[in-house]
Amino acid sequence: MPPPDPAPDRATVSGRELDGESAEWLRGLGGTGAGRDQAVARLHEMLLRVARAELRRRGAHIPIGGPELDDLAYHAAADALLAITGKLEQFRGDSRFTTWAYKFVIFEVSGQLARHFWRTPAVVMEAADWDRLPDRLGLDPAADAQARDLLAKLRRAVQDELTPRQRRVFTAIVLNGIPLDAVVAELSSSRNAIYKTMFDARRKLRASLVANGYLESDEGRRS
Amino acid sequence: MTGWQALEQFLRTDPRDVGCEQAMEVLEVYVELILGDEISGDIPGTAQRRFPGVAAHLLACGPCGEDLQGLAAAARRPDSRS
Repeated sequence: MPPPDPAPDRATVSGRELDGESAEWLRGLGGTGAGRDQAVARLHEMLLRVARAELRRRGAHIPIGGPELDDLAYHAAADALLAITGKLEQFRGDSRFTTWAYKFVIFEVSGQLARHFWRTPAVVMEAADWDRLPDRLGLDPAADAQARDLLAKLRRAVQDELTPRQRRVFTAIVLNGIPLDAVVAELSSSRNAIYKTMFDARRKLRASLVANGYLESDEGRRS
Repeated sequence: MTGWQALEQFLRTDPRDVGCEQAMEVLEVYVELILGDEISGDIPGTAQRRFPGVAAHLLACGPCGEDLQGLAAAARRPDSRS
């Protein structure tokens, strides 16, 4: 039986010349047999290291530890590995291969943490907790009549100006403090779609507060 | 920053903001430009000049900003290289 064809020379991708390390990764992962197995194992090891480090880096914001944290790292690394090996042809050589690969595992860590958020049973999406907003914004409505008035106008604008979906997302993120990615997971949506919903809601609320003289317009700020 | 300013800043949107999808698409390139800018001392630098809409998004979007920090940290760490 003839030996398998050597891996194609991928020293250039989309007309770009690759650095030696990136070219080696592509040769290994795009090859066959034991060489590919070794490259996949090396990549998994590297992704796991990055996932663990990223979870440690985010540690202050997440109430998870020990074996559960390591479990998240393993899941993130495994899912990232699958995505990378399935999308190898999409690597255009715009960056080093490793930076491109790390992006997958960083996104997976974000996704794992968002799904994990809903294991906390006390969290609810819909109940609007307006009482917590002044604290978050550093406003003291008890001592400041203007702040009281602003919050009342904001609340009215949320009711009157936003669509039901915008109101739902605003309530979850701003009033109830649910992370945006967790809202994405709960609504089976995408980060881009939820961000756009919030972006449009913020723009509408600002326009309403400007129209009522509570915030200055951009023109007013410039003059 | 007063509460008033915090609310004003929270509600302010940047028309250049490209959104999460486009920012995530080029995040690895953006990070490498930032790392290059750090070495050359060119701050705010090439990344912001080449991708102003991405820069605007990363300033406004907490989750994408967090991913940017994570990816930059990973790319900086020598032990995460192969």
